[in-house]
Order: sequence, then structure tokens, then C-alpha cells
Amino acid sequence: MTEFLFLFRGSQMAARSPDQMQRTFEKWRAWFSDLEQKGILKERNPLERSGKLVQGRAKDVHDGPYTEVKDVVNGYLLIEAATIDEAVKLSKDCPIFDDDGSVEVRPVAKL
Amino acid sequence: MDGNEHLFRHEAGRLVSALTRIFGVHNLALAEDVVQDAFCRALEIWRVRGMPDNPSAWLMTAARNRALDVLRRERTASRFAPELARLIESEWTLTPMVDEILADDAIQDSLLRMMLSCCHPRLSEAAQVALILNILCAFSIDEIASAFMSGHAAVEKRIVRSKKVLAESKRLFDTAAPADFSDRLPAVQRALYLLFNEGYHGASTQTSVRSDLCNEAIRLTAVLLQHPLGKTPSTYALAALMTLTGARLPARTDSSGNLIALHDQDRERWNRTRLAEGMQLLELSACDVELSAYHIEAAVASVHAMAQGADDTDWNTIITLYDSLVRINPSPIVELNRAIAIAQRDGPEQGLEAINAISGPDRLVDYPFYHAALGELELRQNDRSRASEYFRQALAKARNPMERRFFAQRLAACEASDVVRGSGEFWDSTVTDRTNHEGSV
Repeated sequence: MTEFLFLFRGSQMAARSPDQMQRTFEKWRAWFSDLEQKGILKERNPLERSGKLVQGRAKDVHDGPYTEVKDVVNGYLLIEAATIDEAVKLSKDCPIFDDDGSVEVRPVAKL
Repeated sequence: MDGNEHLFRHEAGRLVSALTRIFGVHNLALAEDVVQDAFCRALEIWRVRGMPDNPSAWLMTAARNRALDVLRRERTASRFAPELARLIESEWTLTPMVDEILADDAIQDSLLRMMLSCCHPRLSEAAQVALILNILCAFSIDEIASAFMSGHAAVEKRIVRSKKVLAESKRLFDTAAPADFSDRLPAVQRALYLLFNEGYHGASTQTSVRSDLCNEAIRLTAVLLQHPLGKTPSTYALAALMTLTGARLPARTDSSGNLIALHDQDRERWNRTRLAEGMQLLELSACDVELSAYHIEAAVASVHAMAQGADDTDWNTIITLYDSLVRINPSPIVELNRAIAIAQRDGPEQGLEAINAISGPDRLVDYPFYHAALGELELRQNDRSRASEYFRQALAKARNPMERRFFAQRLAACEASDVVRGSGEFWDSTVTDRTNHEGSV
């Protein structure tokens, strides 16, 4: 088994009614509950909207977000899967794509 | 979701009402923006982390913090609720004041204030209902348009205009003024009644949307009942009427959303808990001498609720009740319902006679169930060609696909050769169907 990091990017919530929000939430809940039932979910966390970027030899500190909205990471999870193909397959059921977001799937380095 | 599949919707209505008290009714849009923003953030976090233990408190805190930001940033430049201006100015009083208004009881009171405000006498009944749905039930313009089968632009125009009227009213309705409250109460009851009606008889083809409207009406009536000035006998009667009738919702349509006539409904599917609640509310409504139309309609619903089946229904009592209703609330539709009850008790010929005796039948020509009633009774007399003719007229007047399918099915029954079934009220109409006469949103 390999661990994979999923980085959730983009998907700023467009205006929608409270009931639509609830439906979106229910989709995410169903997705996570599926991962939990499979016993492969190790960690999950949302991120604050902004932070700091420390950069360069001078260690300059900048306010985030640092990129275009669609590239901002707003959450992550850690999951176990046999292969990257299997991890990618799992990511495809994520409801983030309904909101034009993306998932970056990265295997955790093994050795 | 904590047993509440509409948590976001309900919390939105509560929080927008509460923040409007602080921001002032002219800043309703600002309150809506703040709540929308807080909810977006909630969704971003919850979707990954899962729902917090106390989601309502979470949403309230998120909205509170955003509201405080707005108040601090704009308190010198903007005008908020005039009666709170001095408390907003000082940092010492700002946070305690906001927290006081966002306490649970106070939020409930704000919701009620907003409900009373939405029923402003300058607004038409249809506009009041639309405003209640938009602000208190947090239905979007599109959701309202789809519930009422009307266009987005028309609904938007109506809402925008109504909100302007609301903004001009300077402040939210004061729930502590007994005389004003009693003056406004009938309009609120009426709007909630129409909201329920829209769910029960209205245009939407989606069963879930229809029951949403009924459930929202029941929920808001319960809010009214929590206030000492709101819990009058007629409010109890209204709540009883909605609850007893709402109990039949699960049996009222089949799995494809087709209407099922009352006599064909599987009474096992009626919601027993609701029926019991409804009977209790009906009892509470009899706490004074006041007798409203809601009392009588609730009593009719209770007679159906107590019957084992259509044949076992106490039609004598129902006819007597409709007699009283015609006196309090003369309406050709009430008379039609009475005539149908007579047909149930005495037979189709007497029923037809009663229909023909309705004063001003021309007021009923656009009401599809008028033609359908004539058709149903002719069918029972075995005059199939006349019956077909009436059902064709009903079909032509049908207001939504659900009614269209229902009449088409009755028309087909006229042409079929098997024995015609039929006893009990032909359709489920103990809530007086007024959608046709009040115009829809």
C-alpha cells in the first residue's frame, strides 16, 4: 500500500441557494463516508483562505494567497491505495469537479 | 443532517432576520450577503472536515464574526438600525449587543418580526408569500420560480419590488406591540395558509418541492404559536388544518408524482404522528369562542383523518361544516366542496343538483375541478358521453402537468368498459383550493 496526498484546489463557492449548498455538502459527505468505509482514509483537513508565503534568501514574508483563485489549495487528505491509478480513480468521484475545482494526486515518497 | 435536511435553509432565514435587526431593514441585502458569505465558508470547511457537532452554533458564529467586521468597518460611514446606532458606535456595547440579538430566543423573535414585516399591507398576498419564501425560507428566485411554475424574471421583479416596500418601512415589525400584532396577524395567517395551499394544490410537478412548501408553512406557523400574541385560537386552527392535511401528503401522489384521489389513497401511508399532532392542535384551537374559517377547514380535515376509509366517512358532519364555512367565507369553491359531500351522502343526482344551485357558477369556469366534479357525477350516473365532455373541459383548464395527467386518466376511465369505481371525495381538497383565484406568484 502507498499513501497518497490529495490536494484540493480552486472551487471557490459560486453563489447558490442554501438548499443547493446543503446538497453540495451531502455529496461530499457521501464521498468521504465511502472512503471511510473502505478504511483507507488517514487524514483530512480544510485550510484557511489565506496565510503567509516566506520566500527567497531574504526570507521575505508575503500575504497569501499567492496564485490565481483556481490554483489555491483549500484542503487536503491522505489516503491509502495500491497504485496511483487506483488513487486517481478514487479522486474522480470527488464532488469538487462540480464546482470546477481540481484534485492533485501525489504519492508520498516511499524511500 | 441532524434530522434536518434543510438546515442551511432554515438557519439562513433565522440569521438574515437577526442581522437585519442590527443592520436595519434598509440593509436587508447586506444581511443576506453576510449570511451567504458565512455559509460559503461553512461549506468550504465542512465538506472536507465533516459537519461540526453543533452546526447551527457554528453558522451563527461565522455570521456573527462577519457582521462584526462589517459593523466596525462601516459604522462611521453607514447608517444601520437607527434604534441601535448608539450601541453600534462604541466598542464597549457593540459586541454585547450583537451577542444579545444572536441569542437563540432573540433570533426566534427576529424571525417572527421578519414574518410580520413581510406581510406589509402595501404588498399583495402573492408578494407576501414570495417574500416569506425568499427571506424566511431562503428559497432562491429560481427555486420560487420553479415552485410556482413562473418565469425567473417575473419572480425577480416581484421580489425586488417587495423588498423596496419592506426597506421603506424603516424598521422591522415590533412584536411587543399587542394592538399592531393583532392587526397584522390575520395577514400572516393568510400568507402561511396560501403558502401551504401552494404546496398542496399548486403548480410544481415535483413532489419534494410541494411537500417542502407545506412543511415550511407548518414550521412558520409553529413559530407564530410560540409567541403569546401569536397563539390565538385561529392560529392553532390553522396549524391543525395544515398538520392534519399535511399528514396525507405521503399518500397523495404515487411514485411517479401522479395525483391520487382521496378515496383511492392508501390510508396506511398517512403520517400517524402528524395526525395525532393535528388532533391535539385542533383541541387547543377550541380554547376560546373564536371560530374562524381555519377552524372549520381543520374540522373537515379531522373528519377525514378519523375515517377508516371513504365509505366510513361522516359526510353529515362534513356537510354541516361546509354549511358554516359558506356562511363565514362565501366562496364558490367552498360551495362546490359542499356539493361533492352531498353527492357522497345522497348520491350523484343530488350532488349535481347542489352544483347547479351554486350561486354565480361562472366564477368556477376556470377552475378545472368544477368540470371534473360534474364529470365524476355524470360518470356515476353512467352518462359516459357527458362525463367525457366534462373531463375534456377539465383537461383544457388544467393548471399543471399533474392535474393534466389526473384528468386524462379520468377521461380514459369514461371510455373504459369496466365498472366505474368511486366513492369518497373525488380528490383531496379539504384545504380550499384558492390557487386559481388568488393568482400565483
